[in-house]
Amino acid sequence: MAQTAVAPSEPAAPHAASAHQTNTGVSNNKLAIWVFLASESLFFGAFIATYFLYRGRDAQFLKGPSPSSLLNIPFTSVTSFVLLMSSLTMVLALAAIQRGDHRRFRIWILATALFGMTFIGGQVYEFTEFYREGLHLGTNLFGTTFFVLTGLHGAHVTIGIVWLLSLWGRSMQGNLGPEKHEAVEIAGLYWHFVDVVWIFIFTAVYLIPQH
Amino acid sequence: MTTVEDASALLHEPVKRSILDRPRSTTGPWSWFTTVDHKKIAIMYGTTAMFFFLVGGVEALMIRLQLAQPNGTILSAARYNEFFTMHGTTMVFLMGMPLAAAFGNYFLPLMIGARDVAFPRLNMFGYWVFLFGGIFIYSSFALGGAPDGGWFGYAPLTSTPLSQGFLPGRGADFWAVGLIMLGIGSVATAVNFIVTALNMRAPGMTMMKMPVFVWMMLVVAFLTLFAMPPLTAALIQVFMDRNFHTNFFNAAAGGDPLLYQNLFWIFGHPEVYILILPGMAIVSEILPVFSRKPLFGYSVVVFSGIAIGFLGWGVWAHHMFATGIGPVATSAFSLSTMLIGIPTGVKIFNWLATVWGGSVRLRTPMLFALGFIAQFTIGGLSGVLHSIVPADTQQTDTYFVVAHFHYVLFGGLVFAIFGGIYYWYPKIFGKMLNESLGKLNFWLMVIGFNLTFFPMHFLGMQGEPRRTYTYPSGMGWGTLNLMATIGAFVIALSVLVFLVNVIFTRQRGELAPEDPWDARTLEWLTSSPPPEYNFAEIPIVTSRDEFWHRKYTEDDEGRLVKLPPSPEAEIPARRDPHEPHNIHMPSPSYWPFVLALGLPIMGYGFVFKLWWLLAIGALVTFFGINAWTTEPASEETH
Amino acid sequence: MLDRMQRLRRGAITAVGTAAAVVVLASCGSAASHNRQDALHPEGPAAHKILNLMTPFFWVAVVIGAGVLFMTIFVAVRFRERPGEDRNPVQTHGNVVLEVSWTIIPFLILAVMAVPTVATIFNLAKIPKGPNVIHVDVAARQWFWQYEYTDKGTGFYTANEMHIPVNRPVVLSLTSNNVDHSFWVPELAGKKDVIPGHPNTLTIEASKVGTYTGQCAEYCGLSHANMRLRVIAESESDYDAWVAQQKTPLSDAKVAQFTNTISSKWGCLSCHSVTNLDKTVTATIGPNLTHVGDREAFAGDIYPMTLDNLTKWVYDAPGQKPAGPLKGWMPNFSKTGMTMTQAQQIARFLLCDTATDPNSHPECR
Repeated sequence: MAQTAVAPSEPAAPHAASAHQTNTGVSNNKLAIWVFLASESLFFGAFIATYFLYRGRDAQFLKGPSPSSLLNIPFTSVTSFVLLMSSLTMVLALAAIQRGDHRRFRIWILATALFGMTFIGGQVYEFTEFYREGLHLGTNLFGTTFFVLTGLHGAHVTIGIVWLLSLWGRSMQGNLGPEKHEAVEIAGLYWHFVDVVWIFIFTAVYLIPQH
Repeated sequence: MTTVEDASALLHEPVKRSILDRPRSTTGPWSWFTTVDHKKIAIMYGTTAMFFFLVGGVEALMIRLQLAQPNGTILSAARYNEFFTMHGTTMVFLMGMPLAAAFGNYFLPLMIGARDVAFPRLNMFGYWVFLFGGIFIYSSFALGGAPDGGWFGYAPLTSTPLSQGFLPGRGADFWAVGLIMLGIGSVATAVNFIVTALNMRAPGMTMMKMPVFVWMMLVVAFLTLFAMPPLTAALIQVFMDRNFHTNFFNAAAGGDPLLYQNLFWIFGHPEVYILILPGMAIVSEILPVFSRKPLFGYSVVVFSGIAIGFLGWGVWAHHMFATGIGPVATSAFSLSTMLIGIPTGVKIFNWLATVWGGSVRLRTPMLFALGFIAQFTIGGLSGVLHSIVPADTQQTDTYFVVAHFHYVLFGGLVFAIFGGIYYWYPKIFGKMLNESLGKLNFWLMVIGFNLTFFPMHFLGMQGEPRRTYTYPSGMGWGTLNLMATIGAFVIALSVLVFLVNVIFTRQRGELAPEDPWDARTLEWLTSSPPPEYNFAEIPIVTSRDEFWHRKYTEDDEGRLVKLPPSPEAEIPARRDPHEPHNIHMPSPSYWPFVLALGLPIMGYGFVFKLWWLLAIGALVTFFGINAWTTEPASEETH
Repeated sequence: MLDRMQRLRRGAITAVGTAAAVVVLASCGSAASHNRQDALHPEGPAAHKILNLMTPFFWVAVVIGAGVLFMTIFVAVRFRERPGEDRNPVQTHGNVVLEVSWTIIPFLILAVMAVPTVATIFNLAKIPKGPNVIHVDVAARQWFWQYEYTDKGTGFYTANEMHIPVNRPVVLSLTSNNVDHSFWVPELAGKKDVIPGHPNTLTIEASKVGTYTGQCAEYCGLSHANMRLRVIAESESDYDAWVAQQKTPLSDAKVAQFTNTISSKWGCLSCHSVTNLDKTVTATIGPNLTHVGDREAFAGDIYPMTLDNLTKWVYDAPGQKPAGPLKGWMPNFSKTGMTMTQAQQIARFLLCDTATDPNSHPECR
């Protein structure tokens, strides 16, 4: 009749985030981040769809600098690779804290943040290059969609970097014990998401040929 | 932390506490600022939303006064356009959604036998964002003009830079930024509700044993989660076009105004289900209680709700039938719109079948629920007429549509909300709202509502478009418009009666027992109002309508057999007068308030292009997040 | 034996019932003497098709609506718990047959509705071709309608008032260079939005001689309510006469008079034109004025064409039609030194000198 009944005097306290006490078996925090990332997917989806809608239209309207004249695929491939590697270091960071190796954890999470910063540095360089070549937000549709889409992605990466650095800081203060490894896992999920979104953006903007 | 402090605890506590220490009290006026109790938060949502309902209502009365006669001079064109924009924006974002959050907040945890939501501080954050977002948008009246591009804010009217003068003032900026802010709060609450419903059900409560109310709120949460992002994207694009000369909707550069419409309505159509499903949720709880019968076809009602949640994503372009998207697209959306009428209709019939053969008590909550059924159906039927695309090309953008959506949202949602208020008031506040005043409230509202909106079906077919600040004489629209205006004031009177009822009840209301209505679901298995921790012992659930089945069983004919009084059917507090000491509740916190405060600061920074203000807001937000994440959810003090 | 509650209840029901009857009858009654903008009184094939499609389903909806309303009241009254009674209702949980039926039956009704709906959608989407068809380019401005007649034998601009011959399809090409609008003449056809970057087409046709009014049906800013229009359907010969009049340019003397004595002082030609086929950008910002005196109304078809109205308009247009800070709109000439007398002189020119037959205006005699 009764399923896994909790003893009557022990309430299902709301902060019991540990997996075995939730109906789904997934902790509250982890379920929450997955649900939130689902929402974020649609957010980026809307901007990627906008990008696709407006691809190639500049030829009939405002012209201006075109993607093919500006995009530096080799350069961006390198920065994309760096971002991809940062997901690897993130996984290593999580593994480190799960086995209690705080020194390694701090190395890998810092590496992740640094790779992220390198990626952002690449973005900043690219933006300023394009700006110098005459591509501004309002120049044409490419300027509008490119800067806003990649800009919003960059903002998400930046927030992620701050998040990672704060985890590093907490670990330095001794405030991030192995029982808090889920906090790292959740940051990792966000970081991987931001990476996956970049894969979509990179494909849509850089890899699929356009004029 | 419990509310009872015994003497020994006092002796152990440090005497000095600074204002910077974490707040501890869960009682008293200050506790309302720092509480994380879902019940207090719900009351705050509900009261604030009702306040905005009154504000939106005043806007409506002003609109109706202006339109009572041809060539009205009560409101200038500019003022009228602000008022109809703010009326829509207020009712959708500052009344409808927050009231759903209010009811969901109070009853979702109680109905699933939980002590609170999954993320109590996030819950509070959601409320502050709502309050600050509402204040932010309304502050525009004093800061250069309120939004005046319609609640839907079509580009390019709203996205053309200010210098072009298409719309006076920077209202559109307040609107875009304000709605983005409100969206953040909505998504936070949606995440909270989803995790709560999926993860925190009492032992034994499988998904199919959850009350319909919980199911509908879960669907609403998922709809919110996925509908807000396209809106946020569209709003960012409008803001960028207006302020940074981007070309998202600039046709001269190849931009497409229809992109805005598509993004907006991909949000906008699920939004209307976000608005109505809570109303359906409330009605699904009230009807069985006041008919003394279970909901007819629980599974079908649940699956219809889920179906509406899914199908609702496939109908958005029915708001765009006149835009010239071509016969193939309009046909497809015509068919999908017709299709969504089916699960909606099924629910109506199931509700009627619930009441059929029951033992019906026509108390105020039941009257509102019955009103919902009839009026929502009328609105649903005019909606089906809209799905006939050629007919819609005559109806869209006229008062026919205004009639349609007011029938479903006022005749439907608002009636359900009032029903829910009368139904659950005893549980929330421990007093019964006056029944005679309640009935007067109901009847005045029925008369006023129908008097206002029924004539609008005809005004629309006779050629009166929407969003027009005046109309000429000689069109034959004067009489019906006057009728609608009178009806609006009758509605105002009914709301006044409601307010009188609330005040009267506060002074002299009859105290409410734990279970005044002989109800079915777990929230009634608590005192009125419930203690902070809801249940001294988490109930173990063995069936749908768990509370009911602890009071009654059925004989072979399917008739009720009252069970002898048992401990399981009694509120545990009655058995054990001592407060339980081993329940750890989440502690109050300042940080949701601080974090939320950063948002309007950033908002003003964006609207007025004051980058230093933006930076300050970002810092406040960052500080708030940092403090919040390093603070444990609950502080143990004993 | 009626106690107080029962009497109150009866009173309430009677009141509501009476109110409902009044509302419904008044609503229907208002339709009896109709305006010229009434979708329920179609005067063209498209509008007829739309009403014919909608009417049967409207009545189905009325029946269903009345049925649900009746059932709601019925179940409330019939199964009402009487005082002192303690009825024990059967705890029915559902009924598969019923639930399947009331899923399938609505589906069937909707399927029946879907077929003629889709057929009509495609039927109305067909754009007529051939020598019989008239073509007008409609440009939506803030806040008036510009028409360019483009067929062979036409070739002129006018505004707000569109003349068409009866029983001939008129294909409208709808464009906007500013915000969204919507062209709507209910008695002739459904509406079609006018969206920048998205040229749309709408076919209208009148089956009876008459004047049909319409207005913009997509919120377009401050004076959205003031963006009206009229379509005058006339006999073939009357239409031909009108075309001939609109095609006829003003005399060189008149054009010179306007250019040198009025526009030179007030800048009219930076937005308007008094030559009937001027396609330059500046000439099409404001309505074409070549034969403005022929029109029955002006300023977005909201003011009857009289000397007094024209004078007030020229003197202070924003005071007559709210425009707010819209760039490039009619200035308030009273603030830049125009006197009422000057305004009246200009109005007289517009009324009398551009009219094909000045005697049609009593003020011009």
